[in-house]
Amino acid sequence: MIAREDVQRSYADPYLAGVALGLVLLASFVIAGRGLGASGAFATAAATTVRSVAPRVASTNSFLASHLDAGGLLRDWLVVEILGVMIGAWCSAALAGRLGVRVERGPHAGVSPRLWAAGAGGAVMGAGAVLARGCTSGQALTGGALLSVGAWLFIAAAFGAAYVVAYLTRGSWT
Amino acid sequence: MTAPLPLDVAGGTTPSLVVALGVGVAFGWCLERAGLGSAPKLMGQFTLRDMTVLKVMFSAIVTAMLGLFWLSWLGVVDLSRVAVPPTFIGPQIVGGVVFGAGMALAGLCPGTSCVAAATGRLDGLTVAAGFFAGVLVTGLAVPAMADFYESGTRGAFALPAALGVTQGTVTFVVVAGALTAFALSGRVERAMAARAARVRP
Repeated sequence: MIAREDVQRSYADPYLAGVALGLVLLASFVIAGRGLGASGAFATAAATTVRSVAPRVASTNSFLASHLDAGGLLRDWLVVEILGVMIGAWCSAALAGRLGVRVERGPHAGVSPRLWAAGAGGAVMGAGAVLARGCTSGQALTGGALLSVGAWLFIAAAFGAAYVVAYLTRGSWT
Repeated sequence: MTAPLPLDVAGGTTPSLVVALGVGVAFGWCLERAGLGSAPKLMGQFTLRDMTVLKVMFSAIVTAMLGLFWLSWLGVVDLSRVAVPPTFIGPQIVGGVVFGAGMALAGLCPGTSCVAAATGRLDGLTVAAGFFAGVLVTGLAVPAMADFYESGTRGAFALPAALGVTQGTVTFVVVAGALTAFALSGRVERAMAARAARVRP
């Protein structure tokens, strides 16, 4: 474990990574006329799953129906974009010696509590992303750069709530 | 011809999907390089030890915002053809609170959970699975809460129109706010490091 940590390269400068990310977002606006996203890909996957089990439920539910793609999962822009995210992340981590099967957690958290919090937190985020019509990618980054009122309300609400919950659970991360 | 290109993104044409894949690869690369595929690193933002999230997000927002501002001023980009996420006042405030609470529990957001999962982090895979379940169940419940879900709808609603000021003014304020936040975040990190050194000499 210690040997593996030794060969890991350190992370990029946050401002350099941020400007690079901003140029990727700008390229997406300029070329495709839309920004980045993540939760939309999950919504399309969820809608497709429901359709395969209960087609009538999927077609009569306004949220699910709006995320169904006529051409199937792999013709959906955000699903393909998220597959790209995973490829890009894997390549970056491989070149930096950061690939590795493990559970990342705070110094005082066990593996099992960490995974329960991860699953529960993920599910709660899912509820929030459905209500907000997006997440940190589609609302905060994309809508933020486009100066959308809803996106900036989302950023303020999400960061505020995250600080409160992080304070209440600070024992597991510090 | 002005940008964006007529790719028919909604139609899922092959050229638009090639762009999606390329944009995704670059997006994932940036997130991993910044360290945001690591939950303890991301949570440093919310325990004030490591303000990487703020630095990355706000420099990205400022870069893309200024880029669009100048490209539109030069006539290269037709802003009316760039899709703005619609505003729903109440649902986005409530959704933001719920989302932020979940993010602090999960230690990752949806995009970074995909980065974490792709690099072998089992906590990232678990966040992504939980997020999928949460979206599916809440999506099924949307008809039952349709009144709230559709409330406060304003369509594409930008800050300059909402505040009655020019786009240049809002852009300037966002840049000034980001630079202030960058300066403050360095001070917060140093103060927290000094406090940790006093507690654990």
